[in-house]
Amino acid sequence: MRVWRLEPRARTPAILGPLVAALSLAAALVIGGVLMAIMDVNPFAAYYEILRGSLGSWYGFSETVVKAIPITLSALACVLPFRAAVWNIGVEGQLVMGALASVAFVRYCPESGSVAMIAGMSLASAAAGGIWSAIPGFLRGKWGVNEIISTLMLNYVALCLMDFLLYGAWKDPMSMGFPMTAPFPPSARLWAFGGTRLHGGLILALVLPVAAWFVLRRSKWGFEIKVIGENVRAARYAGIDVTKNIVMAMFVSGVIAGLCGMSEIAGLHGRLSRGFSVGYGFTGVIVAWMSGLNVLALPFTAFLMGMLLVGGETLQVVMSLPLSSVQVIQGLMLFCVLGGEVFRDYRLRGPRAAGSKEAE
Amino acid sequence: MDMLISILAAAVRSGTPVLYSVAGEMLTERSGVMNLGLEGIMLLGAFAGFSVTQSTGDPAIGLAASFLSGALVTVIHAFLCVTIGANQVVSGLAMSLFGGGMSAMLGRNHIGETIKGLMPFKFPVLGSIPLIGPVFFRHDVLVYASYVLVAAMCFFIFRTRPGMNLRAIVENPRAADAMGLSVRRARYFYTLLGGGLSGLAGGYLSVVYAQMWVEGMTAGRGWIAVALVIFGIWHPLRGMLGCYLFGGIDALQMRIQAAGTSVPAPLLMMLPYLTTLCVLTFISIRKRSGALPGAPASLGVPFRREERD
Amino acid sequence: MSESSAPLVTMSGIDKIFFDKYANRGVDFELERGETHALLGENGAGKTTLMNVLAGIYNPDAGRIYIEGQEARFASPKDAIASGIGMVHQHFMLIPAFTVWENMILGMDSVPFVIDKRNVTAKITELSERYSLPVDPGAKVSTLSIGERQRVELLKMLYREAKVLILDEPTSVLTPRETLDFFSTLRRMTAAGHGIVLISHKIEEVLSIADRMTVLRRGERAATVKSGETRKETLVRMMMGHNPENLRRKRARFGQTVLSCENLSARGDRGAISLRGVSFDLKEGEILGVAGVAGNAQDELCETLAGLRSPDSGKIILRGENVAGMGPREFIERGVSYIPVDRTRTGLVPNMNMRENIALKKYWRKPAARGKFMLDWNFLDDLTRSLAEAYSIQTIPAESPVRALSGGNLQKLMLARELSDKPSVILAMHPVWGLDVGAAGFVRERMMEERGRGAGILFVSDDLDDLFEMSDRIMTIFEGRIMGIADNPSDFSRERIGLLMAGMAV
Repeated sequence: MRVWRLEPRARTPAILGPLVAALSLAAALVIGGVLMAIMDVNPFAAYYEILRGSLGSWYGFSETVVKAIPITLSALACVLPFRAAVWNIGVEGQLVMGALASVAFVRYCPESGSVAMIAGMSLASAAAGGIWSAIPGFLRGKWGVNEIISTLMLNYVALCLMDFLLYGAWKDPMSMGFPMTAPFPPSARLWAFGGTRLHGGLILALVLPVAAWFVLRRSKWGFEIKVIGENVRAARYAGIDVTKNIVMAMFVSGVIAGLCGMSEIAGLHGRLSRGFSVGYGFTGVIVAWMSGLNVLALPFTAFLMGMLLVGGETLQVVMSLPLSSVQVIQGLMLFCVLGGEVFRDYRLRGPRAAGSKEAE
Repeated sequence: MDMLISILAAAVRSGTPVLYSVAGEMLTERSGVMNLGLEGIMLLGAFAGFSVTQSTGDPAIGLAASFLSGALVTVIHAFLCVTIGANQVVSGLAMSLFGGGMSAMLGRNHIGETIKGLMPFKFPVLGSIPLIGPVFFRHDVLVYASYVLVAAMCFFIFRTRPGMNLRAIVENPRAADAMGLSVRRARYFYTLLGGGLSGLAGGYLSVVYAQMWVEGMTAGRGWIAVALVIFGIWHPLRGMLGCYLFGGIDALQMRIQAAGTSVPAPLLMMLPYLTTLCVLTFISIRKRSGALPGAPASLGVPFRREERD
Repeated sequence: MSESSAPLVTMSGIDKIFFDKYANRGVDFELERGETHALLGENGAGKTTLMNVLAGIYNPDAGRIYIEGQEARFASPKDAIASGIGMVHQHFMLIPAFTVWENMILGMDSVPFVIDKRNVTAKITELSERYSLPVDPGAKVSTLSIGERQRVELLKMLYREAKVLILDEPTSVLTPRETLDFFSTLRRMTAAGHGIVLISHKIEEVLSIADRMTVLRRGERAATVKSGETRKETLVRMMMGHNPENLRRKRARFGQTVLSCENLSARGDRGAISLRGVSFDLKEGEILGVAGVAGNAQDELCETLAGLRSPDSGKIILRGENVAGMGPREFIERGVSYIPVDRTRTGLVPNMNMRENIALKKYWRKPAARGKFMLDWNFLDDLTRSLAEAYSIQTIPAESPVRALSGGNLQKLMLARELSDKPSVILAMHPVWGLDVGAAGFVRERMMEERGRGAGILFVSDDLDDLFEMSDRIMTIFEGRIMGIADNPSDFSRERIGLLMAGMAV
């Protein structure tokens, strides 16, 4: 007779969710610190630099928010299909397609006024991202093609397509060989706030999660998505069209990712350059999962992740640690959150003495 | 003809690292655990192989280090998926991030450094057969070992007692458990073995194929391996075929680039990914129509003995 | 105490706790060599749990197990098997994709690394002749009938030289005739010195084979008695804790035909035709029982009638309209309610709360829907509360997932959702399966009320007692064909229905 075992909880106390999440993050930081120590890096100094870099100054804070914008949006793009138990790992590619579509709009309709330009770019990027994502959605819904693989493959295809255009037709002749497009005209820029790099994407990042919360919570479609994710047999039993809803969820997810790509180049960079997205698609998966697929929590988790990214840049400069160390910590966070989750639904049980607990 | 032979030979060479990963993942998935972290494990294995070969000067020790590092890092995945019963997709993604990040961090001061790795040699007798010889038997030891590995896996899975236990565990873990098999132990074993083989696949890339360290040198091969497992419908021989198909397209694509055509390189580089996607779709359609067997029954589903439905 | 005089199995003071409730509490149990010891009790009394403890599948929270006088501790089924304990579960533990001989040696360490097939099949043939349990060692299990699979399970235990055979409700998959054969096989086994534990809730059967009986009630042992010393009525009282109540049954008032099938055929999950040209009528206010051994296309029949499976050919006529080929939503909107057997896999979403489970069949239409896109959760909240009260469903916090509810409460929740729409056709598959006495009685009464209201009910069951008690007519299904329809249950004897269930024309 074993001593310890996991036992399903009859009831989950409400406090447990946030508590477990906080403890998991703390555990990730501790493990990360130990790894750093092994690699001869002072973890306390490193974490201090991350805090100082991200929150230590007004500039650092605004940069953290700048990073949190695309993270929030890509995490939101992940959450919708996740709710239907569909894994969209292709947010990165959909983001690239959105960015490419907005560049195309700027290139081919350069005369538009500011409002028309922004509306046109938004539409183009939303459509491009949406379609790029609906393809694997359709393949999955119709034939059961594994969407993890297909979205990943489409990531690579989108990146190659971007390279093709950036090294070819769309290259800025003035860029001295760097793979980037010409700067956008002012009419194609999303407004900037004050002297910071904060831009109109912030509005998207704040409004869209609330809208998504409303849709998921209150609409018929949100309910259908949830049923599909929790029990696809029950969904069919209730007459829900599973294929159609999966394609829809993937399309909407791609629309958000496409808009995110647009907001990054039209809001932040003002041109498309290679590597404008530093793996936001993956970061989105992590943030989505760490938020427990709760859309209202996304901006906050994204802010934490933004701190890590901005702080990571400081680490690079001050302690000459590569940016990949951020990836390591992200991976560790995900491990710990996963490991912690089990204690929400299960509890660890020691051997019970006979009659220690009364029935009912 | 010479052109064809050289492309076919290159297909085998460039398919082999993926093959090790595919073989490992097939064993892992046949036990019921899905490991999407191959990309990260391969990268870690690649760096371990590079670094140990560099310091010892012995590629064999380097490759052993690749295998061990792959198995070692997979302990995390096995613990989360088997003991804790966590979400395997997310854990796999975390493995990818963690492995990729660790390899980049450890290798940050070695980028572009070269090593002297394993050299090819002509296999006695078999290497002289026309066509077959140059395509299959003028490579390095690891390529030859991969033939043995695939054959051994076929025999093991379909003819031996532990192989039969493995098939039973994934088909119906509850029944296998009731018959006294340890689902947990088997899943740990095959997940770690799969991780080790993926590490070795990475080692092949750095120690044999490129003989240097490049950050992110797997370029998505880990993900392609996951797709090729599906292509191979969990059968080692079909998986091998898929690897050579992928290797062939990869080799062809590089050959065309080297020949200096007017087709831009990024479009050519899309080819392996697009092919993978198309093949996957084709396979799935055939599976839907019942022409091919589906995925192992309990793939991705954690097992807990005392859980009641 | 010398080894030979000790009982084969002694279990003492066994506790097993699930979700903070005792499934077994202080249970003592004993099995002698050559004895058939029946474990009697209603559903949910803890019979299977107790035997799962003996088979090493569950770790007990307290208590001791002795095998032939030696204390045994089973960390896993492997240990139990090594001690000579073999269990045939109600849901067979076979690998359908494997052949018989492969299943036979599964998990045995004594088999050599490279398997010698001939050796194995020879031993199987020898065993199957000795105990007259005919099987084809080379056949794939997925192609075998349920009865054949049961033989494979028995042989599997004999192959492992099990001294103790635990059989969980073995007769539930057998026709009455097959049950007789099965019992003579069991007698051969006890004669050979095996000890048999027979888990059952059918008292009459048990009385005809068991030497001793232990009655469990709500997880505790009510009594252990010898077979010849007890009357059936006493056992019933021991099982239930009180005298059984009879179902109040009003005279039927049949109305018009609500549902009729003409020559309905459909394919099973594997793509082969499994429902073969079924025709019948169902009237308002009628309960039409469907008798048959599990796996004779009852699932396909119900799924086709619920629109979940599209028919290959034939008509489904609902109040004069042919609805064959329409989707599940159209069926639901025309008043067809389907109560599937697997509550937590199809009928309910275990991870969702009560309100959401109620919404499952209501969310898209008024009054639960508000406008084209929105849902009215306030309405659903109120509805859930009133339904929970009307069906006396255990109250859990509004946001808690329903997975923590007991089977009886889950069934009530599903019935509440389905019946609150006042369906005109109810397809009920094994609606009392696995429920404890109270819940089962409640479900039966609700079905009777629906019948009184004028709903046409298709009642699928493999339990003849249930069928005779509930049905106005009984139709027997075998291999996807209707073998006959008895217009008045008293016209048809149990034996006759039993023969029809076995596919023999009468």
